[in-house]
Amino acid sequence: MARAVTPRRKLITTLAAWAVALIIFFPVLWMILTSFKTEASAVANPPQFFSADWTLENYAEVWARSDYPRFFWNSVVISVGSTLLGLLVAVPSAWAMAFVPGRKTKDLLMWMLSTKMMPAVAVMIPLYLLFQRLGLIDTKFGLVVALMLMNLPIIIWMLYTYFKEIPGEILEASRMDGASLWGEIVHVLTPMALPGIASTMLLNIILAWNEAFWTIVLTTTKAAPLSAFIASFSAPQGLFYAKLSAASAMAIMPILILGWFSQKQLVRGLTFGAVK
Amino acid sequence: MTKTLRALMGATALITLSGAAMAETTITVATVNNGDMVRMQGLMDDFNAKHPDIKVEWVTLEENVLRQNVTTDIATGGGQYDVITIGTYEVPIWGKQGWLESLNDLPAEYDVDDLLPAIRGGLTVDGNLMAAPFYGESSMVMYRKDLMEAAGLTMPDAPTWADIEKAAAAMTDKSKEQYGVCLRGKAGWGENMAFLTAMSNSFGARWFDENWVPQFDQPEWKATLDFYLNLMNNYGPPGASNNGFNENLTLFQQGKCGMWIDATVAASFVTGKDSTVADKVGFALAPDNGLGKRGNWLWAWSLAIPASSDAKAEAKVFIDWATNKDYLALVASKEGWANVPPGTRTSLYSNEEYAKVPFAKMTIDSINSADPNAPTVKPVPYVGVQFVAIPEFAGVATSVGEIFSAALAGQKTADEALAEAQTLVSDEMKAAGYIQ
Repeated sequence: MARAVTPRRKLITTLAAWAVALIIFFPVLWMILTSFKTEASAVANPPQFFSADWTLENYAEVWARSDYPRFFWNSVVISVGSTLLGLLVAVPSAWAMAFVPGRKTKDLLMWMLSTKMMPAVAVMIPLYLLFQRLGLIDTKFGLVVALMLMNLPIIIWMLYTYFKEIPGEILEASRMDGASLWGEIVHVLTPMALPGIASTMLLNIILAWNEAFWTIVLTTTKAAPLSAFIASFSAPQGLFYAKLSAASAMAIMPILILGWFSQKQLVRGLTFGAVK
Repeated sequence: MTKTLRALMGATALITLSGAAMAETTITVATVNNGDMVRMQGLMDDFNAKHPDIKVEWVTLEENVLRQNVTTDIATGGGQYDVITIGTYEVPIWGKQGWLESLNDLPAEYDVDDLLPAIRGGLTVDGNLMAAPFYGESSMVMYRKDLMEAAGLTMPDAPTWADIEKAAAAMTDKSKEQYGVCLRGKAGWGENMAFLTAMSNSFGARWFDENWVPQFDQPEWKATLDFYLNLMNNYGPPGASNNGFNENLTLFQQGKCGMWIDATVAASFVTGKDSTVADKVGFALAPDNGLGKRGNWLWAWSLAIPASSDAKAEAKVFIDWATNKDYLALVASKEGWANVPPGTRTSLYSNEEYAKVPFAKMTIDSINSADPNAPTVKPVPYVGVQFVAIPEFAGVATSVGEIFSAALAGQKTADEALAEAQTLVSDEMKAAGYIQ
């Protein structure tokens, strides 16, 4: 029998949820507030929560000093491109692992995941040389491939989990009705796993958007995305926190908005299969 | 042939010719984000007008990221960058590796002899100029004139460490969050170890003897670290082991430091519009201990051409423009003399207008008092004032910096820190083959 939820309990739970959410969101909020302050009030001690000198100057300077639309477009192409390419490879892989598992499928899954545990810098020189020989340095295509490979274990793992929730009998029925392998994946499996695929896609777009190692190492000017845009405003000598905050806010805003509007889908996808 | 066809052919020829006339070479310049570099990017109209055939693309990155990317690119012969911003530490190492293009053939008007000897010396490898200095810096004492006056003290132009300690004691009032001295404590070869290595020179300490044997077990290093820890524990701000350049700049600008010993480039910040003490700041040379060496460093951000660049001629044109005398005059005309990149040319310091800038004299005196080839009292086998120009230094000095930072945080004593540093550096030098 379900436990009755008293108004008092509901209030406490709600307040606790808000408190946790605020703690998690506070760094982002602080960064956004700082981006509207002058450099002097950005570093004031004690910190000024609400500055007396709000300004848009930081945004104006950041906009004037760099080609934001180019960085933005590169981020869109790289994150969406790597996710779509990843799905193209991962859907058949996850299908095979979920519905036609072999003796070593579990080991294979674990091995794929273990590659994520390796520090990126360990393969920096080999990968850089490979990209250089193939002429892929500072190209969007190169980064699409690189980020797809980096995130592929996560995409496959997520899809594998979703696919496992789909009864194999349905796919079997479609085969008995004469569906080809392609038809089975495209017309039966994919529509049923659409919430899972959508949340995998969203999560991977976010991961690719926020990637800040390879996107800086493998680019210079033409393919540099928003991570490189932020890095260009970091200064070891000189107080430019307000400008850095403005650049960071401009870089994360698109993905923050995307996350906000798709949060229902994201939560649904992430909790899919969590309760059995 | 019809008229239409002729017209089309004519138009094609015109387009082809105009295309040839406008053919341009693109060079990629990798740089750090600091005021002088940003200013240069804002003055590119002048370069574009003089060299319409060269298009410049910028890659601005944080210092350590830039170092990593440029090293990777040069070491693998990538050729992604045509001009790189390079520090004084890297020039001798990269120059010896053959990673940099020599700049010996800059035009006569460039007047290479006008470069400050100390700066030029640090950028020359085997007699070849491997990088052109964009701006040079040393370190000096920045102090609050009003607090010194209130304490009844006068800061000498060339103070000793004893003067600094006395002034720090007089200016400290912890109840008002006013600390006598702010120094770097954050771990890093370019953070606390830049300061401590330069400071140790004035105490007669050295990283290695003539045979590359580490010297942290010698009394000079003990004197250095003891003095530093006592000074900071008694008169420094709380949490000083987390303070680097930017943290101390914030404290000084907010009026919480009586003195700050750091880069000369900070002078324009502490006297700038964001500083609450802008009109109360005085400058003095970095302190000494009567041993003939001051505790100041020498650094220059310079422009160099990687050997892997495929546009070396155009890169050289750009470096000539960015570091010659005309560029200094251009900045002065557009932004004022106080914003001219300092510390590179002798002629700048004989300019009457520039002499009016409050920190000009102290900057040049500080630069001239540092000698990268004889940084400390005793002879050393290395080049560099606040660093040792060997590839292993950045890693090992960062580790030593962590040990000394922990000592400042009270996690270990000076003796423990020095013993640990001696063991660590000895092991690293053995592993690298410098000593048996």
